[in-house]
Amino acid sequence: MSNYTKKQVSDLVKGTLDWETVHLMLSMPKDKDRYKLYMEVLQENVSYDDKILLAVGPHLNIVESAKDQEIIIKCDCGHEFGHYSKNWKLGALIYVRDSVEKMKEVYPELMAPDTSWQVYREYYCPSCGIMHDVEAPTPWYPVMHDIEPDLKTFFEWLEMPAPAKI
Amino acid sequence: MTIMKNALGNTPGLLLKNGLTLDDHRNAVLERTTKTGFYNALEKLEFKEKDPIGYERIFSKIRAGLVNSREVAKKIAASPIVEQEGELCFTLYNVAGDCVATSTGIIIHVGTMGAAIKYMIQNNWETNPGIADGDMFTNNDCQTGNVHPCDIATIVPIFYDGLLVAWVGGVTHVIDTGAVGPGSMSNGQIQRFGDGLQITCRKTGVNDTPLRDWLHESQRAVRTTKYWILDEKTRIAGCHMIRKMLLEVIEEEGAEAVDKFMYEVVEDGRRGLVSRIKAMCIPGKVRTVAFVDVPYNHPDVHVPSTFARMDSIMHAPCEITVNGDGTWRLDFEGCSRWGWHTYNANPTAFTSGIWVMMTQSLVPTERINDGARYATTFRLPKGTWTNPDDRRTAHADAWHFLVSSWSSLWRGISRTYFGRGYLEEVNAGNSNPCNWLQGGGVNQDGEVHAVNSFETAACGTGACAVKDGLNHAAAIWNPEGDMGDIEIWELAEPLLYLGRRIKTNTGGYGKYRGGLGYETLRMVWNSADWTMFFMGNGYMNSDWGLMGGYPSATGYRFEAHNTGLKERIAEGKSLPLGQDRDPSLCEYEKHLGPNATVKRDKQCITTEDMYDNGDLYLNYLRGGPGFGDPLDREIKDIEEDLNQNFLLEEFAVKIYGAVFTKDDEGVYSLDAAKTKARQAEIRKERIARGAPVREWMETERAKIIDKDASLQVQQMFASSFYLSPKFLGEFKEFWDLPADWELPEEELGTPMYGARHTMEIGELPDVHPVIMTEE
Repeated sequence: MSNYTKKQVSDLVKGTLDWETVHLMLSMPKDKDRYKLYMEVLQENVSYDDKILLAVGPHLNIVESAKDQEIIIKCDCGHEFGHYSKNWKLGALIYVRDSVEKMKEVYPELMAPDTSWQVYREYYCPSCGIMHDVEAPTPWYPVMHDIEPDLKTFFEWLEMPAPAKI
Repeated sequence: MTIMKNALGNTPGLLLKNGLTLDDHRNAVLERTTKTGFYNALEKLEFKEKDPIGYERIFSKIRAGLVNSREVAKKIAASPIVEQEGELCFTLYNVAGDCVATSTGIIIHVGTMGAAIKYMIQNNWETNPGIADGDMFTNNDCQTGNVHPCDIATIVPIFYDGLLVAWVGGVTHVIDTGAVGPGSMSNGQIQRFGDGLQITCRKTGVNDTPLRDWLHESQRAVRTTKYWILDEKTRIAGCHMIRKMLLEVIEEEGAEAVDKFMYEVVEDGRRGLVSRIKAMCIPGKVRTVAFVDVPYNHPDVHVPSTFARMDSIMHAPCEITVNGDGTWRLDFEGCSRWGWHTYNANPTAFTSGIWVMMTQSLVPTERINDGARYATTFRLPKGTWTNPDDRRTAHADAWHFLVSSWSSLWRGISRTYFGRGYLEEVNAGNSNPCNWLQGGGVNQDGEVHAVNSFETAACGTGACAVKDGLNHAAAIWNPEGDMGDIEIWELAEPLLYLGRRIKTNTGGYGKYRGGLGYETLRMVWNSADWTMFFMGNGYMNSDWGLMGGYPSATGYRFEAHNTGLKERIAEGKSLPLGQDRDPSLCEYEKHLGPNATVKRDKQCITTEDMYDNGDLYLNYLRGGPGFGDPLDREIKDIEEDLNQNFLLEEFAVKIYGAVFTKDDEGVYSLDAAKTKARQAEIRKERIARGAPVREWMETERAKIIDKDASLQVQQMFASSFYLSPKFLGEFKEFWDLPADWELPEEELGTPMYGARHTMEIGELPDVHPVIMTEE
């Protein structure tokens, strides 16, 4: 079992960790402490006090609300998307690239999809404008609910106490 | 797992030490596994625990023998697909047909050759045609576990002291199987009956000698005979080297130890996956989806039957459930129907192929065997493209759909790695490795020939959560990606290279961008008669980005005829030298003669068309998807993208908000402060143009009620709705549609031949298919 420092995990999150260590992380058995260190690093990167439980995007976390201990999804900027069991995208802003003109803004001619077959759906945080996700489905496709974690079992796996309101 | 009861009746078996028939023995193994949850009821790995060194010694000898045999045998092949790209694999199986260990290479065949062995076991090959020392069996039947007909497997039973102790299989990807379209992954044919030679576990050799009737008949069935025979020799040599190795191991370690090992190592593999899932993933559900365009309603797609001339879309939704006990379930409820094209897949292709990808993240060990499958539940609904309920389906390019659905799995499971902080394992997906340059005719040596360029083995990879994807590096189906040497391809194909360059703007944008693809411009040269066609995605992109990253660029087609290049070469005029940097600028056309005819469009699937010497063909190999919001990309990395010709100026501005200067030598310098300021503005612009999702849903819902979508989109949904009332129910619930809303395929007017009346392979007399998934 490998072990890494908090500084190394912090550098990993920043994308500045040296390749030798990244390679070690890839090739060696996974370090069980990673989750704990990762949460500490993420917590230091946000200004809110709610406890981060799980990362679902570079700027999107499942947190335990400091206010009422509810488990919610929260943007780094502080915007709250609601209970973690619900699809956060339904509370986001959406921009759909569904025409040739809109596709030309992102790819050269001939290198973007034909929008009668496929559209791009960009999901933004209503408060800070971060793009949390881009979907590329057909028209009509339901909004994807990407992940529904089983937090109770997860904390059992981690052998850590689970938050009260899971 | 469906257990077929005693196909042999009560006939005593003669091949195994325990006196059971092969079928009874396999069924007993399956029953013990089902009953206990441990492979062959091996709750304890007694041999491994008692003699760990001995156990590891046997593993090391077998694994080294497999890898060594592959490396030696591939030098026999002349086909660049095998010799350059390494499209071959050797695998050892226990007598029950479960994989013990495999070589490097296209390890999808862990399962495909195993399926063929299981088929022989289940269908009484033991008594007819018989299984004896020195026999060879050949299989490439897509209804018997194979992915596509061009993967030819040679299977050799291994005997020790008069008893069967193991099986070894070797597979190579041959260049041609004599399908309607030339090349190993062709289109044009729409049914099995045009998909090339298919051999069903046929005994093709006795006493270690290939049978003459097999050699004569099979050569006549394919275009590329020299490659065919040398590939055959490659497989036989590898299998025989491995047989010799195993018999030496038995002599050294003892028959009993090796026999125990052959079962314990499978259970060891099962536990390995469970342990890794618990170490890296998050329990719960992850959902993904993938699509692939099948644009067959086009004048350049010539298929023999009217019912195949339609535009359609492959739909592959997947719900991944990571269970509390560390096993997992992959459920493809909602997939669209199989079709009249060559992109259908059978369940073994799916369930076995997934390990090609998972060995690159979830199980990155040399111990890949059938154990991982025993820890995985697959649900592939009957009638879908990945479990056709009809024996007529074609499969020559099954990978076209498979890679896209697997790429989405990679993206999905990466969400769980990301959540736990294993960012180094995150992969936004992969490119759909294409274009497949294929064709045939009479080549530069005056011989009937066919080609399939495997430059696809080096497409762009998906971005990671800590770094960019790799440029022109790999393919999802072969972790040992290699684009091959130009000189070798020019020997194998009557096509000169006018250039091979990185393909600008093909990596999906993101905090970390996808790896870029590349492009090669080929000029037909010295052929007598020649045809070519295109095979790839164009109207759709099958590879989404992850967590704010964009998908990679889609494909397009460029071909030119009557180019005047012979004259331009003679006159010393400029030539198109291989970079189509911005397709809208039509750079190649500036270097062609006045009478050239050019096709430059998004029709990336075509069928065989004639090419003269001097004609051009662009082979554009795709890039990978991106990760994270592009506005998070480091300034220096955007600058590097510009200076390395990875990114067009226009999109550095639009996507990344780059503000830069360019000096006299064309070197870009970004202004960090102005770029950051512009990025802040872009975030505000996003907020201004974005609509609340629930408001947008109202407008989209109105379109659904009005049935306002292209025919191909509606046909895709209608096909999935018919096969899956659950998917229809969830769709209607999500969009809050009226209870009586429906979309029957019958109302669309699209061809429905094959949609309602089918016949499975299992309906043939005396045929018992091997079923290893939930359906």
